[in-house]
Amino acid sequence: MVLARPRTVDQVLEAMAATPDALLLGGGTDLMFGVNAGHPLPERVVALRRVDELAEVAATGQGHDLGAGLTWRALEVRLAQAHPALAAAARSVGSPQVRNAGTLGGNLGTASVTGSTLPVLAALDAKVVLASATGSRAVPIAEFLRGPGDVDRRPGELIVAVRVARVRGPQQFLKVGLRASVITAVVQCGLVLDLDRREVRCGLGAVGPAPVRPAAAEGFAAEAIDWHRLRAEPGVARRFGELAAESVDPPADLHAPAAYRRHAVRVLAERALTRSLAA
Amino acid sequence: MSAPTLARPRHTLGTDAPRPDGEAKVSGRFAYSSDLRVDGMLWGATVRSPYASARILAIDPGPALALPGVVAVVTAQDVGGSGRHGLSRPDQPVLAADVVRHHGEPIAAVAATSLALARRAATLVAVTYASVDPLVDPDAALAAPPLHPDGNVYRHLVVRHGAPEDPLPAGLVSVEGSYEVGMQDSAFLGPESGLATPTEHGVDLAVSTQFLHSDRDQIAAALGLDRAHVRLTLAGVGGAFGGREDLSLHLAACLLARRTGRPVGMRYDRAESFLGHVHRHPARLWYRHTATPEGDLVRVEARVLLDGGAYASTSAAVLGNAVCFAAGPYRVCSARIEGWAVRTNNPPCGAMRGFGCVQTCFGHESQMDALAAALDMDPLALRLRNALEPGDRLITGQRITGAAPVRACLTAAAALPLPPPLPADPDPLTLPGGAGLSAQAADVRRGVGLAVGFKNLMFSEGFDDYSTASVRVEIDTDGELVATVHCAAAEVGQGFVTLAGQIVRSELGIERVALRAADTAIGEAGSSSASRQTWMSGGAIASACAAVRERAGAGPHLDARHLRDGPIEETRVFRHAPTQALDDDGQGDAHVSFVFAATRVVVDVDPELGSVNVVQVATGQDVGRALNPLSVTGQIEGGIAQGLGLALFEELRTEGGVVVNASLRDYLLPTTLDVAEVVTALVEQPEPDAPFGAKGVGEIPTIPITPAIVAAIRDATGRALRRVPVRPADIALGEA
Amino acid sequence: MTPAHLARVAAAATPTPAADTPAAAGGIQDPAGPYALRVNGEVRQVRGAGAADSLLRVLRDELGLTGAKDACEQGRCGSCSVLLDGTLVASCLVLAADAQDAEVMTVEGLAAAGERTRVQQAFLDHGAVQCGFCTPGFVVAATALLTEAPDATEVEVREALSGNICRCTGYGRIVAAVRAVQAGDP
Repeated sequence: MVLARPRTVDQVLEAMAATPDALLLGGGTDLMFGVNAGHPLPERVVALRRVDELAEVAATGQGHDLGAGLTWRALEVRLAQAHPALAAAARSVGSPQVRNAGTLGGNLGTASVTGSTLPVLAALDAKVVLASATGSRAVPIAEFLRGPGDVDRRPGELIVAVRVARVRGPQQFLKVGLRASVITAVVQCGLVLDLDRREVRCGLGAVGPAPVRPAAAEGFAAEAIDWHRLRAEPGVARRFGELAAESVDPPADLHAPAAYRRHAVRVLAERALTRSLAA
Repeated sequence: MSAPTLARPRHTLGTDAPRPDGEAKVSGRFAYSSDLRVDGMLWGATVRSPYASARILAIDPGPALALPGVVAVVTAQDVGGSGRHGLSRPDQPVLAADVVRHHGEPIAAVAATSLALARRAATLVAVTYASVDPLVDPDAALAAPPLHPDGNVYRHLVVRHGAPEDPLPAGLVSVEGSYEVGMQDSAFLGPESGLATPTEHGVDLAVSTQFLHSDRDQIAAALGLDRAHVRLTLAGVGGAFGGREDLSLHLAACLLARRTGRPVGMRYDRAESFLGHVHRHPARLWYRHTATPEGDLVRVEARVLLDGGAYASTSAAVLGNAVCFAAGPYRVCSARIEGWAVRTNNPPCGAMRGFGCVQTCFGHESQMDALAAALDMDPLALRLRNALEPGDRLITGQRITGAAPVRACLTAAAALPLPPPLPADPDPLTLPGGAGLSAQAADVRRGVGLAVGFKNLMFSEGFDDYSTASVRVEIDTDGELVATVHCAAAEVGQGFVTLAGQIVRSELGIERVALRAADTAIGEAGSSSASRQTWMSGGAIASACAAVRERAGAGPHLDARHLRDGPIEETRVFRHAPTQALDDDGQGDAHVSFVFAATRVVVDVDPELGSVNVVQVATGQDVGRALNPLSVTGQIEGGIAQGLGLALFEELRTEGGVVVNASLRDYLLPTTLDVAEVVTALVEQPEPDAPFGAKGVGEIPTIPITPAIVAAIRDATGRALRRVPVRPADIALGEA
Repeated sequence: MTPAHLARVAAAATPTPAADTPAAAGGIQDPAGPYALRVNGEVRQVRGAGAADSLLRVLRDELGLTGAKDACEQGRCGSCSVLLDGTLVASCLVLAADAQDAEVMTVEGLAAAGERTRVQQAFLDHGAVQCGFCTPGFVVAATALLTEAPDATEVEVREALSGNICRCTGYGRIVAAVRAVQAGDP
């Protein structure tokens, strides 16, 4: 195994251009799993730990570019005001050890079904910024995440940032699992109320190969909310939850049956909207 | 009077004496069995079956041997001796030859120059299998073709107390229920590990285990070696909880060491550990409780089915416990308890903390609550009304002659102050769902539940074991007296090494106590299980101390005068009162002593999502006498956490007999945020026959906690909850 | 305002020719050579040899520091916890060769031989050690917590330690030990 330890994004891109099949090493929380289980490593690994510029939160006109090297812990601490749902999602991930090491870029690149930032980024209509030696592009998250481990990242491309627009309005993140901490998510729900656009955006995670945006539920809620006073009639949140649940076809697995996942979507979506309207 | 004797030692019985190995453990310098290294050593790895049931058609070690650095591959044909092992009966092959009976069964073992290489080589041993439909339903085991020459029934046991077939008079109240307990794993943190060094005629093995001499005897028989030439030393143990009573890597390591002529170390990783030791028996229970309208228990009927998996291990004894204690610590006029422990192609099950009593406690305590509801009685009042007392007879006919503070434990637990109600703005991490932020205070319902359980101490039914200890007293180079204890009792974390020092200090008045390594150079101390070591090995050390005092002609304490003629060393064997086998009606004085505990639990539940937070555990524990209150607290809190895990999320899952969650990602252990505040009332009624009056407390905390948690969830939600672990879907949607 | 690195990338129209020189590619590791780690204040040489070893493996198998433990090697138990530049991490999830330039602190480095920190002493005094396999990880995690948040509430203490599994104690005495250190108990 050959290990490259670049210090700048340019150096990363050079290394990737030279060896497009190089594996990128962020916090190690995914790669090292395989190493410890004895899986063979690829010939080349590019470690991103020392690329300080990837760990920046850069203000843009519309919001922020969140560096792909930001750890969960950094997201939790630094985004509490600007993007509270994302900060809450980051705080809910794994253990303190994992939160200190795992990165935003890693979460996106691995695209696990249960990746906690992913449904929130979906609700925020985030864009994934990829850079290569030949340029850069920003991909809407819904197009970037195609399925578990399947993302729109071309050879030689590096996830450098996630572009998130600042949204005026309440945000929520809820997830349910099987114990009080270090929770493997059974269902996740990120909710964003956009007061300026009068939109409701909901990201449902761990219910399918990629986060789901329940369009019918979002549309219903947008219509039903009194945006001026940020209130809704009794029953609106419940209906929102039901529509969200109808939009998913969740799997059954070791951790939960499909019926429970569907039920939990209904409950989490309803609670997220209720909390947003009561805020 | 000559010079005064030493001031009374500080850390005697009854004090919070510190651990003698504590400094090494907090500084990271304590040597566990996975830390052992010697120059020139090889590493071993095991080839395991991916199938739950299969015929082995061929084993080709060639591809593994072709790898540079691979030194040897052994299969069944390389095993001398009987080729079989087993704690109770030797029904388990060292290495499978033509039949595989469970997922992960060892087929071959590889020695190589590094552990990574050995593991890789193990994947290259080419085994050709013909998979067979596995038998995975324990209910089908009785009628199914035998999976093994010994048949599919490990034990069938019936207890008939009173006249349980007599018709019952009218006007009584009956409740029936079926319950299920999932397969829990001991999940001790220190992986299976050890180092085998070949000798001219045998092998020396340093290993983590609970019972050195049983390991030695099984290794000798299985590999065809003379017991005298199989020498075991206890290496540092990272927890056990029953999972180290059976052999694990011992046989492969010894076989490879003898075959290669070099020391061979082995260490399992976590996934292999899940496959490599026995688990708690999954259980299916049916009960019918009948009582008078006033609440006197008239009859308890039960059927107990334990799935023992592919090999016997201690299934017969686990069933014995499950059945003997199936009616709970209550007086009952008549009882009929019928139990089976059966063989399937599921993972082998055996000892785990609580040993059969955990399963039936869930059954009888669920039933008592159902009965209380049917009688419109308070659950505590129903239990107090029927509680056993000294002088009462169990359903096995044995009269309780020792301390039996059932009422005292119940009353003490119930009297402990309840926790304050949920505040208006609680910290989200204290709500059900914890870090997921799924609940707010308005979503939460609080519930309270109560349970009481009991168990035997030591082994039973005529399995009368003993312990051996030697105590040597001499004057050290600096003129101080030092006592050295030699005992083969395995320290697995429970604090026996601490207790040993306390006993000597109390019995001989000597401050400085050293403990030799536990090994097979001395006679057996028996297993570190069955909550027995305080009584048995503590008793052996006390006996040896008494013998030292007698030989020295000393009073209560020794001083330098007594050693004028040189060091004094005495070895004693300690036995408990003999027990009887159970007759055809399950009657007999089968047990030495009993231990009791009652637990009250407060939970907060989010009924819509089925998330649970345990708020408080209050417990009244029968300890006889707390010889080290801090240690006792540690055993209680630790045992409660394991029972909490069984109640809420611990289950080893199989599909077609194949384990599907052999990792800590998917087999969930309680974290710091899952456990609750534990408040304890120690009930100290000295046990007459026990050394120092003390009862072993290793297991009893794990027994009533699980049903108490479930009772509290039922109280909060109204759900029936017949199965543990309780899943969120069971609460949110009702059970399937 | 475009972040600086994206601006630079956009300006690079053609890829740089592949070059395995350290200068060109920002420190490509010589696959056969040894490397140095800074552990407990000392520079220690590691074999290297192109191995993809975790920091845990290197600490235990090459450097003789067996305090960090291998209870799961999946980042799920915390028994391998060390401090990397003062931050609590699971050493089983760190590629050892990637920990060059970082300060690694293991349980062995917290106090001089024969001495104990207040956290370590509190663990002994409060019965927080049974089998002890989890203890080094907890000691490191508690040390990190008390450095970063000495006034943490009990819930915050539990959250900070939630990545460390103990199978023996049920955590009661461990949390009591940490609280005692916070309270300044002797």
